[in-house]
Amino acid sequence: MRIPRSWVEDFVDLSGITDEVIADAFVRVGFEVEDVIKQGADLNGPLVVARVIAIEELAEHKKPIRYVELDCNEGQTRFVICGARNFAVNDLVIAALPGAVLPGNFAISARETYGKISNGMICSSKELGLGEDHSGIIVLAQGAAKVGDNATELLQINDTIFDIAVNPDRGYALSIRGAAREIAGALNLNITDPIAHAKSLSFAEAGTPTSIKISDGAMVAVLRSLDNFNPKAPSPIWLSRRVEKVGMRSISLAVDVTNYVMVELGQPLHAFDRAKIVDGLEITYAVDKTKFKTLDNQERILASSDLVVRDGKQVLALAGTMGGLDSEITDSTTTIAIEAVRFDPIAIAKNSRRHKLSTEASRRLERGVDPSLAEFASARAAELMISLGGATYVGTSVSGEERYPPIIDLDPKYVNDRLGTELPNEVIAQALTTVGCDVDTKSWKVDPPSWRGDLQIPADLVEEVARIVGYDQIPSVLPRSPYAATLTPVQLRRRTIAAALAARGLTEVQNFPFVAEATMKALNYTGERAATFRIANPMSEETPLMRTHLIPGLIGAAQRNISRGARDFALFEIGAIFRNTTKLVDGIFPALEAKPDAATIKAIFDSVPPQPIHLGAIFVGKTTGDNWRTKARSYEWADAIAEAQTVLDLCGLSYTVERSDFAPWHPGRCAELLVDGKAVAHAGELHPRVCSEFGLPPRSCALVINLDALPASETVRAAVIGAMPIAVQDVALVIDANVSAAQLEQALVDGAGDLLESIVLFDRYDKIGDGKISLAFTLSFRASDRTLTGEEISAAREAAVANASKLYGATVRS
Amino acid sequence: MNPQEINEWVSAAKSAFTAAGDLDELKAARLAHTGDKAPISLASRGLGSLSPDEKASFGKIIGEAKAAIAAALADDTARLEIARDQKILLEEVVDITLPAKLAHAGGLHPITIIKNDISDFFLAQGYSVVEGPELESSWLNFDALNIPADHPARTMQDTFFVEPLSAGLVLRTQTSPLQIRTMLTSEPPIYIISPGRTFRADELDATHSPVFHQVEGLVVDRGISMAHLKGTLDNFARHMFGPDVTTRLRPSFFPFTEPSAEVDVFFNGRWIEWGGCGMVNPKVLATCGIDTTQFSGFAFGMGLERTLMVRHGITDLHEIVEGDLRFTRQFGVGL
Repeated sequence: MRIPRSWVEDFVDLSGITDEVIADAFVRVGFEVEDVIKQGADLNGPLVVARVIAIEELAEHKKPIRYVELDCNEGQTRFVICGARNFAVNDLVIAALPGAVLPGNFAISARETYGKISNGMICSSKELGLGEDHSGIIVLAQGAAKVGDNATELLQINDTIFDIAVNPDRGYALSIRGAAREIAGALNLNITDPIAHAKSLSFAEAGTPTSIKISDGAMVAVLRSLDNFNPKAPSPIWLSRRVEKVGMRSISLAVDVTNYVMVELGQPLHAFDRAKIVDGLEITYAVDKTKFKTLDNQERILASSDLVVRDGKQVLALAGTMGGLDSEITDSTTTIAIEAVRFDPIAIAKNSRRHKLSTEASRRLERGVDPSLAEFASARAAELMISLGGATYVGTSVSGEERYPPIIDLDPKYVNDRLGTELPNEVIAQALTTVGCDVDTKSWKVDPPSWRGDLQIPADLVEEVARIVGYDQIPSVLPRSPYAATLTPVQLRRRTIAAALAARGLTEVQNFPFVAEATMKALNYTGERAATFRIANPMSEETPLMRTHLIPGLIGAAQRNISRGARDFALFEIGAIFRNTTKLVDGIFPALEAKPDAATIKAIFDSVPPQPIHLGAIFVGKTTGDNWRTKARSYEWADAIAEAQTVLDLCGLSYTVERSDFAPWHPGRCAELLVDGKAVAHAGELHPRVCSEFGLPPRSCALVINLDALPASETVRAAVIGAMPIAVQDVALVIDANVSAAQLEQALVDGAGDLLESIVLFDRYDKIGDGKISLAFTLSFRASDRTLTGEEISAAREAAVANASKLYGATVRS
Repeated sequence: MNPQEINEWVSAAKSAFTAAGDLDELKAARLAHTGDKAPISLASRGLGSLSPDEKASFGKIIGEAKAAIAAALADDTARLEIARDQKILLEEVVDITLPAKLAHAGGLHPITIIKNDISDFFLAQGYSVVEGPELESSWLNFDALNIPADHPARTMQDTFFVEPLSAGLVLRTQTSPLQIRTMLTSEPPIYIISPGRTFRADELDATHSPVFHQVEGLVVDRGISMAHLKGTLDNFARHMFGPDVTTRLRPSFFPFTEPSAEVDVFFNGRWIEWGGCGMVNPKVLATCGIDTTQFSGFAFGMGLERTLMVRHGITDLHEIVEGDLRFTRQFGVGL
């Protein structure tokens, strides 16, 4: 909202107060100042009103150029070159004379151009820094000024415009009236309410006005009928300039007046051509599928949820949002109906959003407008159209009645309790009075002003007091929690795993959880991992699905790093995945301001699908960079499995390993890790087709662990650490190649008995032939209470081998 | 055999040892002066043929001589071992500036680092760290937070909705639904923070991202005031931006707080918008079944990306979201 200082000064005496102080005051009471525009600061005279005496067309140039003779009331005429064409002989224009400096440090001097001497310049709005309009030069209405007048003063150029951001709860501040009140409150100045003048207006009824009726969607509506309006009457300079200063275009007197009053008071107005209204106006909901052309020349299909203003024949306006083309004021309109309605804010918000039309009117009405303004703002507009446009008053039609915010019972102690302050009651009362409340300091009944529909509960008043007193008056005190808090075991585990992986050379990434359909297909996801959620309004049509697995994002991050020159690296991510595998119920929306019952709360929680936290990692290229010490080797399936096992080891979990053909891994090189018989992780080499499809180096590896599926670590029961000597025995066994190392190792462990302390596979030999391989293990035996005898050790070793032979036909390698 | 002669043997042995240039020469000298054929060895063996008196006196002298030779040998052995070692050590000198580290440098994402940092800061003050679903019930994300159905944040422009729309599921636009979840399931006093990933349908550019992170704080207790909010934010700002940072509260509007404020920090010579905050709206407390005559609360929320950008001088949000190793590794593990 653009607030010209000069307009505020109509109602608040700001003399001696700098722009900086005003900007700061806006910020203090809650209005961000986005810009402070000092109009005219970079403009220096002489700038005068001139009359066009003669125009010579110079046709020999690339574009038509005019050589213009001007009367600037200097005793002799002056000639200037001008490229614009929107003026004629006898028009009043603005001339910058040699010595003037225009915005952009553009110095005007007499100079030769287009083969002529140009002794000044005729100016457009943009050239003077008044607006963006550069379609032509400024042409003043006849009689608006005298030749030779100082145009800087005439156009009220020197002004400061504060561009402030208005929060959604402060619709009243989308007006000079509201902004002036905030400035006065913040600087402790007196304000003359602009409404006082409008309240004093009275008009004599002179005929039958057009009627208005609220059937739906509005609180109060006022329609004032005027006749004999002169459509040729121009807007006076003060009016058009103020309209321009707040960022609108000056269009015609009737339109300028409605905009002016809207900005001054905050009440959107609509001016209908009264002659085009059949019967009277009605505010009601549209008939579904009605076609309606708005002022912007767009045909819209209305729905029964659209609030409209219609007459006996057709829809005339999308209520509070935009008028219709058919009932628009034209340059031949002489009868006018000025409509001012306090619409239902939600209805207007819906209108605006459904039709993607955010207008000056809808922005105000959807925030709630002072109900008293329908009467007074329409009166003010009528006054201006009568005095400036020669209109005569016909009469007024009113429907509905004003309703105001309720009286609030406030305990002043509540204010101090919530703010942590010790403000005296008088200060609290004064602050509330400043924002327009009536305060009864005996009963502490507080009656909010008509424009503050947002003040409903005591907490709302607390904010008003704080704003006016200043948020900087609130002390700074640390609260004391009665709790000793720690991370939950799950949080601690996640954090420790991440730190461990980072220390092991993996770099963490955090990918957007969105996936493309093509990626899902290429990775061959089936079952749970093909059950995606689709985003109704995705950021990109390419990635409309929620991820069901971390691998797609990790592949994307790997690709990005490869494209930027990285070759050898490992990435990991910890994050939620989304699988559409539970039955979805309709959204549950219990009433507010009372706690839903336990069953409803549970139903709401249960309606949200589980989103387990996974850990994923991808390994690309070599395990180290090329170096002088060793020959760098590529990551291989075992590295991914090792990393997954490390994570489970960190969590103190024991697990078994089985081969898996889980996509998107290589079907012969993927391990499934099971804890308590439940699959919790997959790791190994990625499917060769996946590597080639996504441009990853061959044999890239990956792992995924469902962290939420890992059981909690149990409290460790410490075993006795024996100090007795260890006995080490090696055994090399020959078995069928299809027996896994894990199976054979388990057989040895089971056979060896309690004396076995550890077992390590130290060699694998696959050149035996006949589908046989050899695996060699070191078995370490120890008893906690004695040195083992040779017989005991041999017996344990033989028992281990015997079990392996029994289960898998293993023979000792000779 | 006389004592004089024995002394000479000792002297000769000592001289030979001292003259040895390395351990091999010393070994030869040792064999020559203490071996089977050495005079002192022969003398020692000849003691048996002497009279008991002579045996006693010469035995003593020879014993002492042997001890002296052994001591000299030990000295020279030590001397020559040191010399040998020094030579070997010199030969074994390497260029210790050769790159020693083979493993890839890893690192935590800076969002994780700052999340951990903030979590620890508040844990130490007795706040629990609460986490929850990113795909969330729209009642928890909006209605319960007093964000009415016609609020702009509810429209298709700002919120990601998931199909079918009838399920009322949205990608949470804030971590505030965790405040509601906490208040619905626990009794005050409540002291929590909720760091987590959030979503808004914004195009990715230098300062906006459709996916970002927030940390919110919520306190509900007896007698909680805005002064407590201010104290908490002052403390938090100093932890994030350094001891000299100052904060200011500016009036603002959020449906779920009343009064509401923006918190700015004065950092590197200018005011920077840091986050939003306020006293929990009594309507929100009532929806969660909290007795507003007994309890009041405050809440605050900040963007983690924004905090990182301000604190570390990051000018483009792309760097935080793209997962480039070179960016992330700068932060190590946050030590």
